[in-house]
Amino acid sequence: MATETSGAGPADAGDSGALAGLRSRFEGPNTVGNSRGFWVGFLVAVLALAAYPFVVGSYQASRFSLFLVYAFLGLSLSVVWGYAGVLSFGQVVFFGVAGYTFGVVSVNFATPAGITGAFLVGVFGGALMAFVLGYFMIYGGVRNVYVTIITLVSTLVLHTFMAQTAGDEWTIGEAALGGFNGMPTIPNLAFGVGGASITFSSMTFYYLVLGLLVATYLGLRALVNSDYGRVMVAVREDEDRTRMFGYDVERVKLAVFTLGGALAGLSGVLYAAWGNYMSPGVFELTFASLPVIWVSVGGRKTLLGAVTATVGIEFLRNSLGGELAFVIVGVLLLVFILGLPGGIVPWVHRTYVEMRSDGATPEPPEASAEVSD
Amino acid sequence: MSTNQDASGGPNVRQTAAELATGDRTDTLLQTEDLRKEFGGFTATDEVDFSVAEGELRCLIGPNGAGKSTLLNLVTGTYDASGGSIYYDGHDVTDLDPHQRVRKGISMKFQVPSVYGDLTVRENARLPIQRFADGDERRRRVDDAIEAAGLAGYEHVDASQLSHGQQQQLEIGMAAALEPDLLLLDEPVAGLDVAEREAIAERVTRLNEAEGIAFVVIEHDTEFVANIADEVTVLHNGEIFREGPIEAIESDPEVQRIYLGGEH
Repeated sequence: MATETSGAGPADAGDSGALAGLRSRFEGPNTVGNSRGFWVGFLVAVLALAAYPFVVGSYQASRFSLFLVYAFLGLSLSVVWGYAGVLSFGQVVFFGVAGYTFGVVSVNFATPAGITGAFLVGVFGGALMAFVLGYFMIYGGVRNVYVTIITLVSTLVLHTFMAQTAGDEWTIGEAALGGFNGMPTIPNLAFGVGGASITFSSMTFYYLVLGLLVATYLGLRALVNSDYGRVMVAVREDEDRTRMFGYDVERVKLAVFTLGGALAGLSGVLYAAWGNYMSPGVFELTFASLPVIWVSVGGRKTLLGAVTATVGIEFLRNSLGGELAFVIVGVLLLVFILGLPGGIVPWVHRTYVEMRSDGATPEPPEASAEVSD
Repeated sequence: MSTNQDASGGPNVRQTAAELATGDRTDTLLQTEDLRKEFGGFTATDEVDFSVAEGELRCLIGPNGAGKSTLLNLVTGTYDASGGSIYYDGHDVTDLDPHQRVRKGISMKFQVPSVYGDLTVRENARLPIQRFADGDERRRRVDDAIEAAGLAGYEHVDASQLSHGQQQQLEIGMAAALEPDLLLLDEPVAGLDVAEREAIAERVTRLNEAEGIAFVVIEHDTEFVANIADEVTVLHNGEIFREGPIEAIESDPEVQRIYLGGEH
């Protein structure tokens, strides 16, 4: 996808041409962090996360990898809601469907090749579910709050449905769905065929998830700053106006919703492989509302906000434990919706930019483009 | 998506002003037949046979509630027709989606200025153009659109920072950047001062004469209408009430009567 070169993304003057060219693919008005300082910080953060297991040990690393797994779920909602304007309360539907699909397939084909297939089928299952649900909503003219209601109801329907699958008739091959008790004994994630395969557990799983997350984050940054990303944002801002430029708004929304399903599905598959377990609890209202909280607190219009808030809140929630954690998360949501509706990351970014420009020489016009996130 | 331009997706080849001057200007570009729109029990437009010739500049006037905006929204496909047909460039477009009609050459500027406030002027201007132009051509077209809107130097300003008049200019520029054959403007000078009105009138006239774009302009300001229009259509109660040159319409006592609400 060719992008316009002039004015497409401000790059610091000191960068060499090749690096600036590479950076410009990931930069633009639709993301925060379009400066060399950001990328240095990004690199430091990734290296710190890479060093983390050596500091805290494999048990803590394994615990932390769950928060990274959830980050894909946060990203899925950020893309769908923050960038395309569709507030879905049902990202856990795709998460759960993908997790269960992975469980059923991997239990039946518990070889590395089978599990690799289960991974792909699981992610595809999440995307397909989103495509089907999205198709009927978007082409059926369902809009705004009604999308939220329908997606919310979908999670509750699935919760009720999966909770009653305790009987023997709910066994697919070797895999029993198990009703409220869920599916235990889901195998670890593995990629490859026969001898040429690698199985991921604790430490290796952590690095796999970290690698996937960095790749997904960068991929989504490239997407939202591409031509297509600009159309997504235009759809969010004004559907009728965007139609009048000749864009197929429904198709864009369905494509983004399906992508969101795939990302939530990826999260669900990794979740099932992480805990070797899947249960109807993932369709509960409390879990369904978590992505909305993560993304609201972090800033729904920034991918960075979705990732950092997801990992941060889950770390906090997990460390506190119990009912207290939910009270605090609830308070966080209220505080941010009332006090900082844009979310924490855009606020930090704005404050940083203002601090930097105070007392500095007036910025050239190119630099002001960076401020317009 | 951005580059999937097909034969109907790109800008249309238009007749130049010279060709129009020597050619036949009476070719019908847009024709509606028995066009009707009902909202619940209310009939907003009823059996409207409205036509626009290639390269024509037609104004659409009428009291509030006459069905002017409804008619334009039917032409663009924003509203589905309750009955009747719409022909554009010889094809029945009644069942086409809005974006398909845009790709055939119909473009519209809505009444409420709706530039993307968070985006800069340049990013706004790029949005319609990126669908069919890449690289250097895209850059040139974006530059041209900004220049034509009189916004050179404002490229990196957020669109929300522009004045109302500048936003209208930007929006007309974005609609015109699609190189449509037919451009629909819903009250382009409402709320603007005299100088801004003149600038818009000049712009519309130039696009019409130099680039041969046909216009349908909804406007209440009779001075503005008299300034730009070839022909005027008067809508009243959802039906076509009068059509003709502006002088005849202005002096028509019946038109004056409906505007004054039947006081005479």
